[in-house]
Amino acid sequence: MENKTEFEANKSFDFAIWKKLGIFMKPYKKQLATSVLFIVICSIVDICYPLLQKYAIDNYIANSTTDGMGMFVLLYLCLIIIQTVSVIIFVRCCMKVDMRLGRDLKKASYFHLQKLSLSYYNTNSVGYMMARVMSDTTKISGMVAWGINDVMWALFYVAGSFLAMFFLNYKLALLILIIVPLIAGSTVYFQRKILSANRKVRHVNSQITGDFNEGIGGAKTSKTLSIETFNDESFAVTTSKMKKHSYHAQVLNAFYIPIVSFCSSIAIAFVLVQGGVMVMSDLILLGTLSAFFSYAIGIFEPIQQIARIIADIISAQANIERVVNLLEENPVVFDTDDIIEKYGDSFEPKTENFEPILGDIEFKNVWFKYPDGTDYILEDFNLKIPAGTNVAIVGQTGAGKSTLVNLACRFFEPTKGEVLIDGIDYKKRSQLWLHQNIGYVLQNPHLFSGSVMENIRYGRLEATDAEVIQASKAVFANTVVDKLKDGYNCDVGEGGDRLSTGEKQLISFARAVIRDPKIFVLDEATSSIDTLTEQLIQEAIAHMLKGRTSFLIAHRLSTIRHADIILVVHDGKIIERGTHDELLFQKGEYYSLYTKQFMLEMQEDVI
Amino acid sequence: MKNKLTKNRIKTVKSFVNGVGWLFCISIICYLLTTVLRALLPKVIAFCTDYILGAKEFVSTNSSVLQTVQNLINNPLQALWWCAGAVIVISVLAGVVTIFARMSLAKGSETMLKKIRDRLYGHIQRLPFDWHVKNSAGDIIQRCTSDVEVVRNFICLQLLEVFRILFTVAISIAMMLYINPTLSIVAIVFIPVVIGYSVVFYGRISSKFLIADEAEAELSTCVQENLNGVRVVRAFGREKFEMDKFNEKNETFAKMWIKLGYLLSKFWAIGDLITGLQIMVVVVSGTYLIIDGSMTIGDFMAFVIYNSTLIWPIRSLGRILSEMSKAGVSIDRLTYILDEPIESDTKGSEEIQMSQDIVFDIKEFAYDANTPVLKNIKFTVEKGKTFAILGGTGSGKSTLMYLLDRLYDIPTECGKITIGGVDIKNIPLKYLRENIGVVLQEPFLFSRSIVDNIKISLPDSSMEDIRKATQIACVDDAITEFSNGYETIVGEKGVTLSGGQKQRVAISRMLLQKTPIKIFDDSLSAVDSNTDLQIRTALQEQMGESTVILISHRISTLMHSDNILVLENGEMAQLGTHKELVGQDGIYKSIYDIQIGNAQKETAEKEAEINGKQNRI
Repeated sequence: MENKTEFEANKSFDFAIWKKLGIFMKPYKKQLATSVLFIVICSIVDICYPLLQKYAIDNYIANSTTDGMGMFVLLYLCLIIIQTVSVIIFVRCCMKVDMRLGRDLKKASYFHLQKLSLSYYNTNSVGYMMARVMSDTTKISGMVAWGINDVMWALFYVAGSFLAMFFLNYKLALLILIIVPLIAGSTVYFQRKILSANRKVRHVNSQITGDFNEGIGGAKTSKTLSIETFNDESFAVTTSKMKKHSYHAQVLNAFYIPIVSFCSSIAIAFVLVQGGVMVMSDLILLGTLSAFFSYAIGIFEPIQQIARIIADIISAQANIERVVNLLEENPVVFDTDDIIEKYGDSFEPKTENFEPILGDIEFKNVWFKYPDGTDYILEDFNLKIPAGTNVAIVGQTGAGKSTLVNLACRFFEPTKGEVLIDGIDYKKRSQLWLHQNIGYVLQNPHLFSGSVMENIRYGRLEATDAEVIQASKAVFANTVVDKLKDGYNCDVGEGGDRLSTGEKQLISFARAVIRDPKIFVLDEATSSIDTLTEQLIQEAIAHMLKGRTSFLIAHRLSTIRHADIILVVHDGKIIERGTHDELLFQKGEYYSLYTKQFMLEMQEDVI
Repeated sequence: MKNKLTKNRIKTVKSFVNGVGWLFCISIICYLLTTVLRALLPKVIAFCTDYILGAKEFVSTNSSVLQTVQNLINNPLQALWWCAGAVIVISVLAGVVTIFARMSLAKGSETMLKKIRDRLYGHIQRLPFDWHVKNSAGDIIQRCTSDVEVVRNFICLQLLEVFRILFTVAISIAMMLYINPTLSIVAIVFIPVVIGYSVVFYGRISSKFLIADEAEAELSTCVQENLNGVRVVRAFGREKFEMDKFNEKNETFAKMWIKLGYLLSKFWAIGDLITGLQIMVVVVSGTYLIIDGSMTIGDFMAFVIYNSTLIWPIRSLGRILSEMSKAGVSIDRLTYILDEPIESDTKGSEEIQMSQDIVFDIKEFAYDANTPVLKNIKFTVEKGKTFAILGGTGSGKSTLMYLLDRLYDIPTECGKITIGGVDIKNIPLKYLRENIGVVLQEPFLFSRSIVDNIKISLPDSSMEDIRKATQIACVDDAITEFSNGYETIVGEKGVTLSGGQKQRVAISRMLLQKTPIKIFDDSLSAVDSNTDLQIRTALQEQMGESTVILISHRISTLMHSDNILVLENGEMAQLGTHKELVGQDGIYKSIYDIQIGNAQKETAEKEAEINGKQNRI
């Protein structure tokens, strides 16, 4: 999954990609311009320092006088203060651009993910999406803010230094200029190699993390299988790979830096000889020579910096592409503009326009296949579910029992045909209109970090504490809460991980109940609850479902005998439908499932 | 106390460096050499300025070397070329030495890293299961990745960098003192100011960094939970709620960093201010000294260069020192893992015949001091028989299995488990576990191919044996249906197996081991009843001589066992055969009634009804 849309860094600068960031950068143009302005001032001041030194040598030392020294010190102090102030302003602006741009990008991608359909979530891993929202956006904003500023400082510093040098003595300046392409060239050459070496290192590094993860998560299994040594050996293979790649990357660095300083020493040697000759022939002053030394030493760091940042900027293009690709992904299920006009979207709903919902559901000539699938799962499917009907869906594990629920809840829409709610195609209403009336309990209940109270209240945000307690009593969730240290205020941990699956299920029941929804969906919701508690819950469920349209997905058939309609799913298709009695009467798949589940055991028991 | 802590830390670092220390030594020596070589450069320039270009007289002595120099100066142009040559030679030498330094450092640090990682991994694998339960996986991984990285940076970068900085500074100061003591004092006065300032600042800001990191973690958790719970969010129409929650955290995070930016900007600017002032003071006082006649121009130029090589390392010293202080914590976090004793065999333990009666005799067992999980347990699992344990959640049934496989050890005073009369604590751990096959309720598969998973404990198994095992576990068909068949990679990068498929693969894995003792810990819970029955029938034929322990809460799974133990709240509630237990009033019978009794009645009723209807037709 991860590799599907993962871009490798492009080889060259591509302006078109950066243009896509335009709308995000727009609000911060001024701040970015301010920070660039002040970093340029910094670099100009940096260029002035050697000139001051030259002035001191040529005017005071050469003439053995200290006349005007006061002014000199004053000027020097002014420059230092300008520098200090500029640094403050630059860093603040730059940080603001970095963080605000990052915030906006994060917000935009998160917002877009909220709108994307479940089909997108089915084909992309959470890790992949996380990386888009968190790391790519951070990389981009950092690159824009600090990258641009650093490059501007370095460019101005190098350009300014050369300007000063040409101004002082163009012949000497030309000599130094020769070295620049050497340094730039070797930097580009090494950066490219280092970049790809680092990519390999990162790759192996994530493998190491994965191995640790598995070694720890699978500790129990490893122990029972007694395969510690085997695991050690396969881990050692990974760490050896890491050693090799990492060493290689560092060797590249080991050669790169001395090569650059060698170039710089050539420049110094040139200046020494040529400048020396010039001083001897009185063509330049000694102070000028000293300034040249400063410049010759000073420009090499910025030149390397420019090359390095350009490599970074190019690699950031991959991050931009990934984020832009996410933002350009179109939701499969969406509300049209007219609908949004009338009902608002999920973020700013116009609930006053929402029609009350009864809970009639009708599948009318529905054809359906999953966006990433090839075969139709439903072909011209018709089913009327009057309000208050209990629909049970049974079938073996992996038979595709969730499809109908996905369609009824509008997580997916029919490929052809329509789903009518209260007689109206649900595409003519907003998604939120439907979702506000659904109570949903999953097989793997998902809770959010926060207290039990907050989690139950997720079902109805305006519910009072008393209502929350009442709801949890209705489904015996209070038995769980009573055992917790802080009761309803107990923090359930990330994803509810501090509770067992059964406990989470009970809480998620309460969360659904407090909504008082017209449509109820129970997706194998009682599978992790022990037999005795389940008995209690069955009663509660039966009570809850009264008067509500509901979908029950189950593989324990005892729980669904009283459903109004039972649908039997096999290989993704609905092969039987009817009441419990009718289906038993048909002696088809349901009959065999039902009898197998109990009778076979009975027979053996009798023997 | 503090001394002991430091001593421990040093001990740990020593154990890491052990074996690669010589590489680090070479690296340090090379770096020092480089520093010395580079320190010569300003002197060359000074020499040029003063003796060749300036008017300073070279003090001629009788030494032949100096004589040569004297001759050189007499021909200034040639002398310049010599100097230029010296600059390049020094640079080449320094470069070569640097390459050596960096390569041996890389070799040393990577070897060390591999060793640390391997050691951690191996150690963690062998830590008692108890430890694994008490420590969160995320935290351990954090220690094994980030903390290892911090320690590596500490040893390979910071420690070395501090050496280098101190040496560079020492040489620069020495050279400066040699050139002109008065000016040196002016320059050096600033050093404590710079160091003090940055140490204080980094000390102050590091706690703020921590808070910002936490804000980021919170934001990241928020996103992750939202993405994981997308179905809940959508079904409840909570997009706006989620968006608001996210916006708040996103805003906090951004604001936190902008605030940090304010602090940082001040710090950097003040650093620049102090540096600028220092250089100005040096230049101005230098000028006075030259005019005074107590210093030459060449010396002045050299001094300025030494000064510039002095000031930057000192500025970074503050940052490095504050980062190094973090390393102590990371070292402790690694020691926390490495100092934990691993599982070990008792002296005189012996490999015994494993297919013998297993006797559980436990007075009391508790995971932590307060709540005993098991109480007064005493029963025998006869060899070659099938023994079943029934109980609800938290009844302690899995604990019994953990104790037999020695994932936990029973304290001696609390009882013991014996196999053929030998306390299992006196059986070598590896031997014991190799002879007990276990299928866990939530089986764990490694992210490698299915076939590698099945034969993980016996890598040399033949495909034939493997398929025999998968056929018994009723998973052969499912596996061959995957496009890559047995080579299908399990897990995140490959196919996600359903809970039932995982359990069946785990059963195959266990069957392949052909152990004399087999434990099924609720290991068919995710399989539908139909397949459950098929597997059990196939297993029955295969079990042969082995002793089987079945743990379940499904009556149908265990009612055919030779003996059934019913556990309730950690105590033995009932023990007997299915027939006996059904005959008694008790938990077994009531669960039986719920799970099967009702169903049987229902089915019978329905059957009658259907037959009735059919008759009517």
